[in-house]
Amino acid sequence: MDGTGLIVSSSPHQRAAVSTPVIMSDVILALMPAALAGVWFFGLRALAMMVVCVAAAVGTEAGLEKLMKKPVTIEDYSAAVAGFLLALVLPPDLPLWMGAIGAAFAMAIAKFIFGGLGQNIFNPALIGRAVLLASWPVFMTRWRWPIFQAPWIPDFDAVSSATPLALWKLNGIKTPYLNLFLGNVAGSIGETSALAILVGAAYLLWRGHISWRIPVSFIGTVAVLTALFGQDPVFHVLAGGLLLGAFFMATDYVTSPVTPKGQIVFGVGCGVLTVFIRLYGGYPEGVCYAILIMNAAAALIDRLTVPRKFGEVKKVA
Amino acid sequence: MSFRSELTKGLVRENPTFRILLGMCPTMATSLAISNGIGMGIAATFVLVGSNVIVSMLRNVIPSRIRIPCYIVVIASFVTMVDLIMAAFVPKLHEVLGIFIPLIVVNCIILARAEAFASKNGVLYSLADGIGMGLGFTLALTGLSAIRELLGTGTLLAVPDFGFPGFRIFDRSLAAVMVILPPGGFITLGLLIGLLNSLTRRKKKAAQT
Repeated sequence: MDGTGLIVSSSPHQRAAVSTPVIMSDVILALMPAALAGVWFFGLRALAMMVVCVAAAVGTEAGLEKLMKKPVTIEDYSAAVAGFLLALVLPPDLPLWMGAIGAAFAMAIAKFIFGGLGQNIFNPALIGRAVLLASWPVFMTRWRWPIFQAPWIPDFDAVSSATPLALWKLNGIKTPYLNLFLGNVAGSIGETSALAILVGAAYLLWRGHISWRIPVSFIGTVAVLTALFGQDPVFHVLAGGLLLGAFFMATDYVTSPVTPKGQIVFGVGCGVLTVFIRLYGGYPEGVCYAILIMNAAAALIDRLTVPRKFGEVKKVA
Repeated sequence: MSFRSELTKGLVRENPTFRILLGMCPTMATSLAISNGIGMGIAATFVLVGSNVIVSMLRNVIPSRIRIPCYIVVIASFVTMVDLIMAAFVPKLHEVLGIFIPLIVVNCIILARAEAFASKNGVLYSLADGIGMGLGFTLALTGLSAIRELLGTGTLLAVPDFGFPGFRIFDRSLAAVMVILPPGGFITLGLLIGLLNSLTRRKKKAAQT
């Protein structure tokens, strides 16, 4: 028994060739269309925000790991992804140092206090956004119109800074589908262009890094529920951060359920919460909070939706 | 057991806020500005010292079965005094602290000291314990509220009762509102407890080697 070629180990025995760095760099690649659209619509300021957020997130992670004398894990790109995602859900004109604080908070409080990658309960990027919104509500709700005009808004100057969802909620103005689809509207840096997000999402789905279950059930629930409440489902799917949230935030491995059935439940829950916050809540947009609330329930959902083992018989109560 | 060690244990070693984690409710609610924190701390210290001394004096008279109601009566008397004095002399602070002044009656620190210390120890030690614990609570509140006032409003040492707007460190619009909201309070407190724990652990390690 001197162990010639025999390795005794516990399951799982079959491992995929993909590793965290591969997945994370693919996510960054998939976010590129949305990021480019953000730079195209909001100018170099958007690019500066992304650079600052990524640098702050990576710097915080590296600094904390040095401080706690743990192996530095910035090479797995997960901190870069979190910073990148955070930049994409911030308004383009937010002061850069606020973006940096959000990214540092996301890493230090949302990720490290809970034990680092794989241990965090809540999506760090969304926590960063929620903290910034709670801390500087004025700056976080100051939007800028992209470079193009908006003829469908009667009093353009007065409401030009509102996002499509705010325009719809407060002024009853509906933004045309084409603008929402291309991204020529006010909003967070990376959330405005549905087209760019869908291109990136298609890449992630094709590479097999995310499953269809959470995004489809999330977006489907929003569409069905808004239609049931007599709203325009197409508008609600295209406007705001739903597409970005559904494909890139709700599908985060760490903070969403792992069981197939659980992922559907998770997506439906996100959708229901989003619709209710949008229609009845104080905020025009509810995707961020919907995902964060469901993050908290992810572990419970997993526990209740454990798939039956092969050959397992349902217990008779 | 010495008078001095009873006096100083509440400051750091057995700090009621950072170590024993008692009185969290007033800690969260009143640590929004340094003046609130100090006001609350002094009010609680006064009640704590008074109740500790009286409870210690009566410790052989109070039947053990009804000791909690007896403590409450003693504490409530002191709280009523504090309540009326503050309403008369610092009305704005009294208004800000609001329900948390009467709630000192059921403040965990005061009840815990009466139950765990004053009812078992002599008057002099109970006095020292009350002063130490009260000062520890005041210190913790002051530290916590200094951080929250600075980050959450951009000022330091604002005292509305003296008509002093405080030192403006940076513009109000840049202040992080969340820090003076409950989540900011919990996060700040948690970080401070963590910091204190890591400091003492380092000290212990240094002492061992």
